[in-house]
Amino acid sequence: MNQNQKQTRLTLKDQQQEVELFKSRALFAGGFVLFAFSLLLLRYGYLQLLQHETYATLSENNRIHLEAISPPRGFIYDRNGVLLADNRPVFALVVNRQQAGDLDDLIKHLTPVLGLSEDEVDRFHKRLRVARRYEPVVIRSRLSEEDMATFSEMRYAFPGVTAEIEVSRYYPFGDLFAHVIGYVSRISEDEAKTLDPAVYAGTNLIGKLGIEKYYESVLHGRVGYQHVETNAYGKQIRVLKRTPPVRGTDLKLYLDAKLQQIAHEQLAGRRGAVVAIDPRNGGVLAFVSNPGFDPNLFVGGIPGPLYRGLRDHEDRPLYNRALQGIYPPGSTIKPFEGLGGLHYGLVDWNYRIADPGFFSLPGDSHRFRDWKKGGHGVVDLYRAIYQSCDVYFYQLSDRMGVDRFHDWMAQFGFGERTGIDLVNEKTGTLPSVAWKRKRLKAPWYRGEMMSVGIGQGYFTATPLQIALATAIVANKGHILRPHLLMSSQGPNPVELPQQPDKMVAFNGTPQDWDNMHAAMHMVVQPGGTAAALSHGLVGYDIAGKTGTAQVKGIKQNEKYSESKLDPRHWDHAWFMGFAPVNNPRIAVAVLVENGKHGGSTAGPIARALFDYEINGIIAPPPALEGEDGVDE
Amino acid sequence: MKEQQNRFLRQAPQSGAEFHKSADIWGVLRLDPTLSTLLAIAASLGLIALYSASGADLDMTVKQASSFLIGFVVMLVFARIPPGTYAYISPWFYGLGVLLLMATAVIGDVRMGAQRWLSIPGVASVQPSEFLKLAMPMMIAWYLSGRAQPPRAGTIAASLALILFPVALIAEQPDLGTSILVFASGFFVLFLAGLPWKLMGVMAGAFAGIAPIAWHFLHDYQRRRVLTLFDPESDPLGNGWNIIQSKTAIGSGGLFGKGWLDGSQSHLHFLPEGHTDFIIAAYSEEFGLIGVIVLLALYLAILMRAFQIATMAQNSYARLLAGAITLSFFVYVFVNAGMVSGILPVVGVPLPFISYGGTAIITLMSGFGVLMSIQAHRKLMG
Repeated sequence: MNQNQKQTRLTLKDQQQEVELFKSRALFAGGFVLFAFSLLLLRYGYLQLLQHETYATLSENNRIHLEAISPPRGFIYDRNGVLLADNRPVFALVVNRQQAGDLDDLIKHLTPVLGLSEDEVDRFHKRLRVARRYEPVVIRSRLSEEDMATFSEMRYAFPGVTAEIEVSRYYPFGDLFAHVIGYVSRISEDEAKTLDPAVYAGTNLIGKLGIEKYYESVLHGRVGYQHVETNAYGKQIRVLKRTPPVRGTDLKLYLDAKLQQIAHEQLAGRRGAVVAIDPRNGGVLAFVSNPGFDPNLFVGGIPGPLYRGLRDHEDRPLYNRALQGIYPPGSTIKPFEGLGGLHYGLVDWNYRIADPGFFSLPGDSHRFRDWKKGGHGVVDLYRAIYQSCDVYFYQLSDRMGVDRFHDWMAQFGFGERTGIDLVNEKTGTLPSVAWKRKRLKAPWYRGEMMSVGIGQGYFTATPLQIALATAIVANKGHILRPHLLMSSQGPNPVELPQQPDKMVAFNGTPQDWDNMHAAMHMVVQPGGTAAALSHGLVGYDIAGKTGTAQVKGIKQNEKYSESKLDPRHWDHAWFMGFAPVNNPRIAVAVLVENGKHGGSTAGPIARALFDYEINGIIAPPPALEGEDGVDE
Repeated sequence: MKEQQNRFLRQAPQSGAEFHKSADIWGVLRLDPTLSTLLAIAASLGLIALYSASGADLDMTVKQASSFLIGFVVMLVFARIPPGTYAYISPWFYGLGVLLLMATAVIGDVRMGAQRWLSIPGVASVQPSEFLKLAMPMMIAWYLSGRAQPPRAGTIAASLALILFPVALIAEQPDLGTSILVFASGFFVLFLAGLPWKLMGVMAGAFAGIAPIAWHFLHDYQRRRVLTLFDPESDPLGNGWNIIQSKTAIGSGGLFGKGWLDGSQSHLHFLPEGHTDFIIAAYSEEFGLIGVIVLLALYLAILMRAFQIATMAQNSYARLLAGAITLSFFVYVFVNAGMVSGILPVVGVPLPFISYGGTAIITLMSGFGVLMSIQAHRKLMG
C-alpha cells in the first residue's frame, strides 16, 4: 500500500513535471509564433507602406502599355489636285513567337515558299534581337500580290506567321516625280539617333529626299497614343485612354502633272533636265531630271543589288540634274550679260562692233573664236542675242571685268542657292577675283574672262538657276524665289514664304527690258538661232535663248568635230525662254546632256511646255532638223 | 484510496460543467465552438479570396467549397474518434505511410518532373507524403509519450531516425516543401517533449556544418530557388519572376488594397500560381495591409486556441500531438507568407484555408479533427 502510494505519487509528480515542461515549451513556441508573425507583419508593412509607391509603379508598368498610333502622312497633290503621293495599305509578313515554335525551323521552311534571301533572314534576326518578348517581328515588310497568294495557300503550315496590314507610301507616277517629290523610306540608324523618338513612335518611314524630306515635319503629322491594358501574355485587354493622332498636312504643289509628263516625254530618254517657273509668283510648274528612278522601290527598302544598279548606272538616275547638275550655262547667259552692259553703260542698243570671227586681247595673238566661222559682221546687241555672237560678248565681258560681271549676274541668282523648297541644292560657280583667290589661290587673268563671258570656263550653273534667271528677265527685273509649295491644307498648315519684293538694281530704263524681250523673241524668228520654234505658233510669242555648253575643251588649233568625239563628250544643249512675251506665264530652262544644239534639241521641249501651258494643247514636237534656223 | 476518491469528487462539479456543455449541439458534434467558428471564418475568407484570385472562376470556387465540406465531414469523423484510438493506430498509420512512400519511390507516377503520386488502380492517385503530415507527429507523439520526458539520448536518436527516413524519401521525390513540413511536424513533438536546448544548439551547429554538403545533393531547381531568394532581380525572367511579381502584387496593394476582383497583378496573370501557392500575394494586392493584418490575426487566434487545447490535453500523447499539429499549422502559414513576400526560399507550401487544393484542405481538416477530438474527450479520459 505504502509502496503503491509512493509509486502513484511519483507518477503524479512525473506527470506534473511533464505538464510543466510542456507548458514552458508551448509558451516558448507561442512566443516564437508571435515573433514570427511580427516579422511577417513588418515585412508586409514594409512592402505595402514604405515600398508601396515603387511597387504600384511596377504594377502599373506591368499592366499598362503605351502604344503609338502612327498618323496618316499628308498627301501631295499637283496644282490641279492630281495625287502625286498616296498612302496605301500593304501587307507585312510577321512572326508571332508565342505560336511560331522553333524559329530556325520556321525560317528553313518559309525560305523556299517566299524565296527569302539571306539578306532578309539576317535582317529578321536583327529585328528579333531588339524586339520585345510578345512583339510580332516582321519577316518581309511588303508582300507582293504573288507573295500573298503563295502564302495564303500555305498559311496552315505556318502557325504564328500572319500577314499584317500597315500603311505605306505610294507614288502613282513612278519615276516621273522622283527628283522633286523624293520618297520616304525606313528610318536609318543614323537618323534614329537624332530623331525625337516620341515624334516617330509608331512610324518607321521618314522623308529622305525632295518635298518628302523638305516638308517632313508637316507631312508627318503628330503621333497618337493609347494606353492599353495588357495581360502577362501581351494580349490586349482594353484601351484605357486614347490620344488620337493628328494627320499630316496635305500639300498642293505648283507642279502640273501634265506639264511634267510632257517634259519627260519630250526628253524621250535623253539625259537632261527641265525646269519651268511661273514668273508671276515663282511657282515651279515642272521639275524634271532624266533619267529618274521608281521611288516606290525605296519605300519598302530597296534590295542591295537593285540599289547598286541604280547608283552605278552610267546615266546616273539617282543624280538630280535639275537641282544639283553643275553645267556651264553657255550662251543662255547672254541676255543677262547684255543687260549688264546696259546697266554699266558699256553698251547701248545702237552700239555696234565688227565681228571678224574672233577676238584677241591687245598685245596677244591668242584668238578667242566665234562659234560662226568668219564672224557675224556688224553686230548690235539685238543681233548679238538672236545670233548669239560670241565676239560681241568677248569684248563686252572684257570691258566689264569679272567683278562687275559677278555683281550683276548675282542679282539673277547665279552663284548662290535659289532657295527652292528642296534639299541639297547646288550653287554652281559665279567667278570673281575674290572667289579665284580664295578657292584657287591664284590671281585673275584678263584672258580668263573671255570664256566666262560666253558662259564657259569657271562659270557654272544649275538648270534651276537658269530657269530662275529667265523668270527674272521675263519679269523685267522683278526678283523671285522659286517655290514648289502652292498651298497646304490640314491641322498644321505651312506658312508660305513671302516672295521677295525686290527688283534687280538696274541703271537702265524699262524700255531696255522690252528691247531685251524683243531680242530674245528674234531668237525664235527667221535668222535667229532657234527660228523653227515659232513654226505653227498660235496666239502667243516666245522669247528665248539657245546655248551650248562645251563638255570637252577644244584646243586652239583644233576643230570641234562631232564625228570624232565620244557621244558623251558632245556639247550639252541648252534652251531658256519664256512665253507669252508680252505677259509671261511660264519661264523654262531645258538642258539636254550631249544634245549638241540648243535650238534643235532643247528648244522643242520648251515649245511643247509653252503650247500646253498657254494653249492647253499637247502638240507634236515641231520637226526641226534641216529647217532654216540658224544654229550655233 | 479515500483521499483519491475525495479528490475525484472535489473535481466533480467542474466536470459536471463540462458535461453540461457537451449537452448542446457542439457537444453532440464533439466540436470546440471557438475553434470551429474561427475555422469557418477562415474558410469563408479563403473562398472569397480564391474567387477573385482564380479570375472569378465560380467552378473553381465551388470545387474548393466542396473540398471544405468534405474536410468538414472528415473533421467531424476525426473528432469522434477518441485520442486513445489515435495513439493505438499511430505506428500502423506511420508504417503504412512509409510503405506507400517507398512504393512511390519505386513505382510512382512522374508528373512535372517529380515522383510524388501513387496510382491505386481503379481508385485514385494519392500523394503518400500528405499522409505523413499527420502520421509523423502521431508516430513521434506515440513513441515519446510512452517514455520519460525529457527524452533520453537513445530515445532522441530513435525519434530522429523515425523522422528522417520518410523525410529523406520525400525530399528525394523531390518535394522540398513537404519534406520540410513533415520534418517540422515530427521535430515539434520532440521539441515539446523537452528536447534539451543544448542538443538543439549542437544540432543547429551540425546543420550549419552539413549545409554545404547538403547543397551538393540539392537538385538544380532547388539550388536556383535558394539562390534567387537572395537576389531575385538577378534573373528577372526566370527564377526571379515569381518573387518580383508577388512582391509587386503585395506592395502595389498598399494599405487598403486595390479592392476585391481589382488586383491587376493576379487578374492579368502577372502573378504566377496566383490561386495556389502565391495566393496571399493576390489577397494582399486586393485587400492591402489591412487585409493582411486581419488574416494574420485570424491565424493567430486559431493558433492560440489550438495551443490552449494542447495545454489542456490530459495525457502526454494528446498534448504532444495537439502541440505539434498547432505548430505545423503555424509553419504552413509562416513559410508560405514568408516565401511569397520574399523573406524565405520559395518552396511549394500552400497557405492554409486560402490556397486552392482539395488534398491540402482534407489534411488540414484532419489535423483540426484530431485537435477537436483531444478537446472533446478530455474529461472522458481523465
